[in-house]
Amino acid sequence: MTAAEKKEMLRAVIGETQRMNLFQAINNSLDLALSSDPTAIIFGEDVAFGGVFRCTVGLQEKHGKSRVFNTPLCEQGIAGFGIGAATAGATAIAEIQFADYILPAFDQICNEAAKYRYRSGGLYDCGSLTIRAPCSAVGHGALYHSQSPEAFFAHCPGLKVVVPRGPIKAKGLLLSCIRDKNPCLFFEPKILYRSAVEQVPVKEYTMPLSKADILVEGDDITLVGWGTQVHVLREVCQLAKDQLNVSCELIDLVTILPWDKETIAQSVKKTGRLLIAHEAPLTSGFGAEIAASIQHDCFLNLEAPIERVTGFDTPFPHMFEPFYMPDKWRCFEAVKKLVNY
Amino acid sequence: MLPIRLACYGLRSVAANCKRINIGALSQITRKFSSDERPQFPGSRSQWTEKLEFIRPDLYDGIPVYRVMDRKGKVIDPSQDPQLSQEMVIKMYKCMTQLNTMDRILYESQRQGRISFYMTNYGEEGTHIGSAAALDPKDLIFGQYREAGTLMWRGFTLDQFMNQCYGNMEDGGKGKQMPVHYGSKDLNFVTISSPLGTQMPQAVGAAYSYKRAQNGLCVMCYFGEGTSSEGDAHAALNFSATLDCPVIFFCRNNGYAISTPSKEQYRGDGIAGRGPAYGMLTIRVDGNDVFAVYNATAKARQVALNEMRPVLIEAMTYRIGHHSTSDDSTAYRSVDEVRYWDERDHPISRLRNYMLSKGWWGDVQEKEWKEDCKRQVMTAFARAEKKLKPNWKEIFTDVYHEMPSHITEQLKQMEEHVQKYAEHYPLKNFSKD
Repeated sequence: MTAAEKKEMLRAVIGETQRMNLFQAINNSLDLALSSDPTAIIFGEDVAFGGVFRCTVGLQEKHGKSRVFNTPLCEQGIAGFGIGAATAGATAIAEIQFADYILPAFDQICNEAAKYRYRSGGLYDCGSLTIRAPCSAVGHGALYHSQSPEAFFAHCPGLKVVVPRGPIKAKGLLLSCIRDKNPCLFFEPKILYRSAVEQVPVKEYTMPLSKADILVEGDDITLVGWGTQVHVLREVCQLAKDQLNVSCELIDLVTILPWDKETIAQSVKKTGRLLIAHEAPLTSGFGAEIAASIQHDCFLNLEAPIERVTGFDTPFPHMFEPFYMPDKWRCFEAVKKLVNY
Repeated sequence: MLPIRLACYGLRSVAANCKRINIGALSQITRKFSSDERPQFPGSRSQWTEKLEFIRPDLYDGIPVYRVMDRKGKVIDPSQDPQLSQEMVIKMYKCMTQLNTMDRILYESQRQGRISFYMTNYGEEGTHIGSAAALDPKDLIFGQYREAGTLMWRGFTLDQFMNQCYGNMEDGGKGKQMPVHYGSKDLNFVTISSPLGTQMPQAVGAAYSYKRAQNGLCVMCYFGEGTSSEGDAHAALNFSATLDCPVIFFCRNNGYAISTPSKEQYRGDGIAGRGPAYGMLTIRVDGNDVFAVYNATAKARQVALNEMRPVLIEAMTYRIGHHSTSDDSTAYRSVDEVRYWDERDHPISRLRNYMLSKGWWGDVQEKEWKEDCKRQVMTAFARAEKKLKPNWKEIFTDVYHEMPSHITEQLKQMEEHVQKYAEHYPLKNFSKD
């Protein structure tokens, strides 16, 4: 098949595409959600004028003030309100302005939303609730504008936690979360809002949750990450190929909870080596869960210990961000260590 | 002076303010600008003052307590008697007394080790029945944990109450929660959860949904005075007002949050004192006066739906019982204090006196009902006790809408384990289905 034929086939399958960055893709996804579901509402701080990251631009104008509206400045209120709205039949899409500020809502999210269906014997649920929040490092965010809190919520049965790596995935995953019959947390890496640009299909589409993506096939070592880190690991794959002649298999986990253990395990059974990288601190970061589960399921397949390259066990610093991040050099060094173990 | 200032501020602002200036005050214009007349801050445009004066909350008597009957059950102002039918009033009385009887039996059953835990509603029956009777049965209720009477009013059966307390296989909640964490989809009562106050912002969200759905229903949110200290309470009150939600906030101020008396819970004028601060219609009522509670709730519902706004009702009452079976309140309050409320200001006796005065009740009916009620409760109790618990595999159900593979994996592992070590697990008490 020629490149032109391939393009034509893709076009036939995917349809028309448009150049969108991450916030535009999210905006598009939200627009489609509201257009297709009359009960859908979007609320949070500053969402009415378009949001501090422009994810909700134009939505109040198009869908009306009763459907896209500001709430007072109170995350526990936003989460609680969302749970109640969902329970009473609305598709509730809440925005928390920064994932760093989701902690006041922790009680509502983990003690309430996550347990609503279980504790009521299935009589009540808030499955139509989705909470979106910008997460992860942005270059200068420091302690309170850089956090990746996925691990806190991964520990809470009943929730789904999803982290997109780019516009195409984000649009489909967000729509899936909104339509999923369980409360979902959708963490959007804020540095990708403008920097990640793709040709995104214009039509409505969803993408499966709890299914990891193998982005690069390889034989020597499995690299696992999510969100921004996927792009860092992509560069590591290239570095490893060029400098070490090592073939890396790159996997985007996509969904943190419930996570796709099967795909990772299958890959590690093939490669025998696993490197997990995430911005969140090392201790009890989600890499710990992956490492524990994979060493259990693939013990005899492992050629080396499972390595984690992560943020340090410190709060996220301002000036020292270049030293804090699990950058491609730290990851590359880890790959080297693992293949030479 | 004036012409220069006009040039600076523009004719438009003067013209706009001219509407508020009467001719007599025209002389003031030569001294003041039109824009001086009111503060212009986006946050508040109330009034100016040149007096340095702090508001003194201690000089204020507090919001009065609305009542219909005196402590003996005599209607004070006949225009406030809701004139409920004999049938309705007897139903109210029977509901309150049945709740009381059920409480006695189930409290005892915990003491005997038959159920693990229980919370009584002694003294607060009026707040439950008075308010529930004024709602539409389809209005959604979010409770805290001491509102069983509202469920009883709506028709939750003795069997249903007891099945939940016993956590047996007929429990609607599938044995997942401690006793008194009732829920009913049919009766529009959202399942109770232990964390306090979490139901409050949820009630607001639900009310918003109802508003959008234009279904003519409102949401009722119960909470105690202790719970009103939680952050979620503040969040809820603020959101409900700013988002114009048809929700009634009903605070049961019963004087205690476990051992903490209300004077250690707040320093201001109770919970009602906060309502106006949120821009909310507010009333304080005698919670032990079933008719006062009824009237206030009925009116609140009307306002909530006609004006699409929240209403705050603070029902003053007294928690006659202990906080729960894990509490012995003699440790922090006198028996005399409790006796006062039980004997001198009880919602059940006040209503009974009203019924007696109307000739709707007498000793014969009282005796008959007491026996009938007790018999009903006891037989339901015996039935609930005999039932098996749900299948232990229910541990793994309803975590998600669909069971994900990792939970299926854990279920299978436990199945194998239980098979191997069967004699160490109380399988005979659990259903096999």
